[in-house]
Amino acid sequence: MIRITVTSVFVDDQQKALDFYTDVLGFVLKNDIPLGGDDRWLTVVSPAVPDGVELLLEPSGHPAVGPYKAALVEDGIPATSFGVDDVQAEFERLTALGVRFVQEPTDLGPVIVAVLDDTCGNLIQLAQMTS
Amino acid sequence: MLAYTWCVAADVFKALSDATRRAILDELQERDGQSLFELCTRLTMRHGLGSTRQAVSQHLEVLEEAGLVTVRREGRYKFHHLDTGPLRQIATRWPVPDEGESP
Repeated sequence: MIRITVTSVFVDDQQKALDFYTDVLGFVLKNDIPLGGDDRWLTVVSPAVPDGVELLLEPSGHPAVGPYKAALVEDGIPATSFGVDDVQAEFERLTALGVRFVQEPTDLGPVIVAVLDDTCGNLIQLAQMTS
Repeated sequence: MLAYTWCVAADVFKALSDATRRAILDELQERDGQSLFELCTRLTMRHGLGSTRQAVSQHLEVLEEAGLVTVRREGRYKFHHLDTGPLRQIATRWPVPDEGESP
């Protein structure tokens, strides 16, 4: 059976991204393997699912990545979405840590969402299923 | 001056003549300063409007031309704001009597 094991976001700076995704968002480091140059195979996982899907913090070196990310951010489109138990609580916790939200918690019926800036060139959606 | 006023009013009436554009104004009334993405998700989830992102973007341009929506750029972000100012000319042109006053 096919499974999703790794998904990725393009980050402007891998070390800065690792700090943000672990210290601020709360993920934990899973793999950190040198790839040549300054690039690393750098993945994090949720502490709730340490053997679950890995998020690859992928270098943004390719010239197409910059314009792609800029266009998404301009229109407020998240690069990916993470599940949380309580969007409002995460909004308050992360705001206190200085995280910038471009979309405050929004009740859309079956789901409550909010969108934050990951400081590495992406917007990230937090989603809480309500039903 | 009068012709100009009529011309501006025509833009406002045209902008208001579409249900999706009125829904956009409703959502901006609830929370001012939204990204295109937020507006699209609200229209889909709350109004059942399956407009494409491109279509919503075009609706926003019509609202912007009528002066009902302004765009604010903040760093790399772009937010849409409601401006009800142009609606004033409707009440100026066809004044509404105060309640209790005979028509």
